Amino acid sequence: MDFALLVIQTLNGLQLGLLLFLVASGLTLVFGILDFVNLAHASLYMIGAFICATLTFALGNFLIAVIVALPLTGLIGWAVERFVARPLYERDHLDHVLATFGLILVFETLAHLIWGPEGIAVPLPAFLQGQIALSDTLIIPAYRFLIIGAGLAAAGGLFWLVNFTRLGMLIRAGASNRTMVSALGINIEMLFGLVFAIGATLAGLAGMLVAPITEANIGMGNSIIITAFVVIIVGGIGSMKGAFVAALLIGLIDTLGRSFLDDFFKLFMSSDAAENSAPAISAMLIYIIMAVVLALKPQGLFPPKVR
Amino acid sequence: MSRRTIITLVVMALLAVLPPVFYLTGNAFYLDLATRLTILAIAAVSLNLILGYGGLISFGHAAYLGIGAYAVGIPAHHWLYGGLESLGLATTSGYVQIPLAIGVAALFALVTGAICLRTKGVYFIMITMAFAQMMYYAIVSIEEYGGDDGLVIDTRSELPFIDLDDPLQLFGLAYVSLVIAMLIVRMIVNSRFGMVLRGAKGNNERVVMLGFNTYLFRLTAYVFAGAMAGYAGALLGNFTTFISPEMMDWGRSGELMFMVILGGTATGIGPVIGATLFIVLEEVLSSITVYWHLPFGLLLLAVVLFGKGGIMGMLRADKEGDQ
Repeated sequence: MDFALLVIQTLNGLQLGLLLFLVASGLTLVFGILDFVNLAHASLYMIGAFICATLTFALGNFLIAVIVALPLTGLIGWAVERFVARPLYERDHLDHVLATFGLILVFETLAHLIWGPEGIAVPLPAFLQGQIALSDTLIIPAYRFLIIGAGLAAAGGLFWLVNFTRLGMLIRAGASNRTMVSALGINIEMLFGLVFAIGATLAGLAGMLVAPITEANIGMGNSIIITAFVVIIVGGIGSMKGAFVAALLIGLIDTLGRSFLDDFFKLFMSSDAAENSAPAISAMLIYIIMAVVLALKPQGLFPPKVR
Repeated sequence: MSRRTIITLVVMALLAVLPPVFYLTGNAFYLDLATRLTILAIAAVSLNLILGYGGLISFGHAAYLGIGAYAVGIPAHHWLYGGLESLGLATTSGYVQIPLAIGVAALFALVTGAICLRTKGVYFIMITMAFAQMMYYAIVSIEEYGGDDGLVIDTRSELPFIDLDDPLQLFGLAYVSLVIAMLIVRMIVNSRFGMVLRGAKGNNERVVMLGFNTYLFRLTAYVFAGAMAGYAGALLGNFTTFISPEMMDWGRSGELMFMVILGGTATGIGPVIGATLFIVLEEVLSSITVYWHLPFGLLLLAVVLFGKGGIMGMLRADKEGDQ
């Protein structure tokens, strides 16, 4: 196992972890405060990527496109809250799941109608296309650092917003007692719409950041949403800290497992057996971890105190 | 006879008579459609046992269909290309494949159910979903069985008296299986076991206080539903003769749930009506436009936002109630 590969894969794992956090934080925020299960959350991840792709070509610059696309994605999130989620708050989770499952079909087909079945590659500005050489063998694309930086900044911003602002105070209060907050004269409907929009913006940001690497494509949401579910289950649904810790954990384990599990297996089994079993096991690794965590702590690593 | 019984008998009679008539009058396509919907109806009936009567919202039921299908496909694959003879798993015999499908599905349900049922509410939904997706990725990563590209079943299961290569006999087997599945679920639901299961849906604490270990009751029902869906999967593999991990994708699980809800949960005939409407709608819409998911998704939204209790709920004039 060589050292350069380990560093590169650790950075990749960190990158995946931060992207997962951006998606999972919105999910956990919406569930923790609104008690609403939103399967269509990952559609906003996809829509964000597509809007950003279109704007990159229209405006000629990826970074400007991201800045314009973020509020647009937030606006779509707000519309989802207003027209789909709000009528369903009083219903049970089954109805949430079915309605947002329908919403996924609608969003995916709309994306198909508007942007076509092919993925759209998103070009990066010149200064982000370069690579940074940390040593002779250790060469990392500069854009990876941007993703990691942006992910950390968003996580920090969210932490600040929730813990140190008046809005964050209301959000936390709304999570523990919705009725009391609205009795104190806070416009709870506006607060909920805002929470949904923040979640959508974060998911959209993750989609935009990943688009230059993987292209914006229709299936991208479906591949990340289940992993994001694993993250919030492991972290404890409704817990922001849990989402952060679990996202990094799952991101690192998934990435490192896929690259090094066969080497690890070769330590105690034949080379052939390792080569054969490693792909299947590494594909299942994060689910096995989830099962272990749940067997020990059914509420996740950081169960929220309320509810 | 109650109105519900009449609806049940009429629907089942139509399902028995119409497809063979279509087939014998030269419309083989409709028989295929009916076979597919009958097989999916078995899966929906099994899901209804835990979702409708047990209140356990499982979002991973398609995994059992996939397990059942691969339990037919993998032995057939080895029978043709060698390997696994020592385990007796290189065979096209239905006597091996069908018990294998049921057994592996039951085992998967037992292991994952034991973990999932420790949680409740939204955790349960997401965990069942995640475990199903785990099966999906596991199959995708095994290149021997085609991975992402799927696996062709060259030879259908060999059973005594029945030739599954004959579409009419395959439909007959699926239909009889559906009737038996419905009768079994009905028997379970009306038994003492079923009463505990339904009671735990209504008020788990109260049933626990009465001295029942509801965890074990639920786990048993969960394993039973998984085994039944595994059997449906074996039929589905024999029907399509091409299987791929895509059939256990979470979208498929969502569709199974939609069938149950559309028809009406916790009713005997509801899942069958739901599966029928679903397949017919899918067929009609997809023949009109490639963008058929759009009206389909909107319909799903409309059913949830405005319809309560599914088709059976709307048809129910006599308020006999389910609980």
